[in-house]
Amino acid sequence: MSRTWAAIVLAGIGTFAMRASFLALAHRLSEVPPWAQRILRQIPPAALAALVIPALVRPHGEIDLWQPRLAAGLLAALVAWRTKNVALTLVIGIGALMLFQEF
Amino acid sequence: MGGARARAEMRAGAAAMAPMLIGVIPFGLVAGTTPAAVGMDWEAALGFSIILFAGASQLAAIDVLSRDGSALLAAVVAWTINLRMLLYSASLAPYLAHESFRKRMGASYLMVDQNYALCVTRWAEGKGDPKGRAWFFIGGGLLLWSAWQLATLAGALLGETLPDELPLDFAVPLVFLVLLIPAINSRPAAVSAVVGGAATVATVEMGAGSLSIVCGAVAGIVGGVVTEIVLHRRAPSGPPEPLEDLG
Repeated sequence: MSRTWAAIVLAGIGTFAMRASFLALAHRLSEVPPWAQRILRQIPPAALAALVIPALVRPHGEIDLWQPRLAAGLLAALVAWRTKNVALTLVIGIGALMLFQEF
Repeated sequence: MGGARARAEMRAGAAAMAPMLIGVIPFGLVAGTTPAAVGMDWEAALGFSIILFAGASQLAAIDVLSRDGSALLAAVVAWTINLRMLLYSASLAPYLAHESFRKRMGASYLMVDQNYALCVTRWAEGKGDPKGRAWFFIGGGLLLWSAWQLATLAGALLGETLPDELPLDFAVPLVFLVLLIPAINSRPAAVSAVVGGAATVATVEMGAGSLSIVCGAVAGIVGGVVTEIVLHRRAPSGPPEPLEDLG
């Protein structure tokens, strides 16, 4: 099996296990302990920032704060914050990057 | 629940889900074009969408593979992003406890942020027929699932015809950005994001490669939990805040 398909199957099985976890045991378990909730609720901001920030501040393999991707990303962040709209953020972010790359 | 009533509940779920497709379809196109952009075939793009069926983690796994990360590392990064599904599962369990095992497993496969957000608020308010909950969830889930698969396929097939000047690879961090902004909904979450981003950049500079995503995320989680303990010194309560517009 190729590396790609191995990743697809592994990621898929693990993700299904997480989705099914408490639903499978629905008649026995009904609550996540507070300490676990505390950890779980921090996962989205931490994991998403880990994915976004490097793409904006080091797009070409080294830290560079004066380049079009960071500028376009900050503008897109403003749009995302005001609208929470995926399509609009994509259009404005990619459009801004194309515009800034001209300078 | 009889066939006609089950179908009515599924239709109601699909109707409630329909407006959310506006955010799902462009994201699905990106989930289809990104594998093509890094040299994967359309079967792999569709494989990610059908077997994994979780947009942000699909893109993250593809990102790791495109940077020569191992299959296991790609899966670990995907699992990290999907850990919130544990919370969703726990929060839906009391509402679906009376349903058959098969329906609960069907609902598990179709569990995404939109479906979770839609149902948990509806059920918490006591709306809808309690006996039709699983069918309502499955109806909305199936509509989103179909739209996601079609958008992925369209993206994968269109990917090669899109012009090179269009920096579509930038769509990936932008999609994560749309999810990140509403996830920063408290001071601990803000600390978690800042520490997570900074620690990822620091570890990648030190040569951790794609493993830096996991290192950064763990550092961010620790930062957020410590902040919450210091600020509040009390246990959180209520259902988790769902992310928006995640496929």
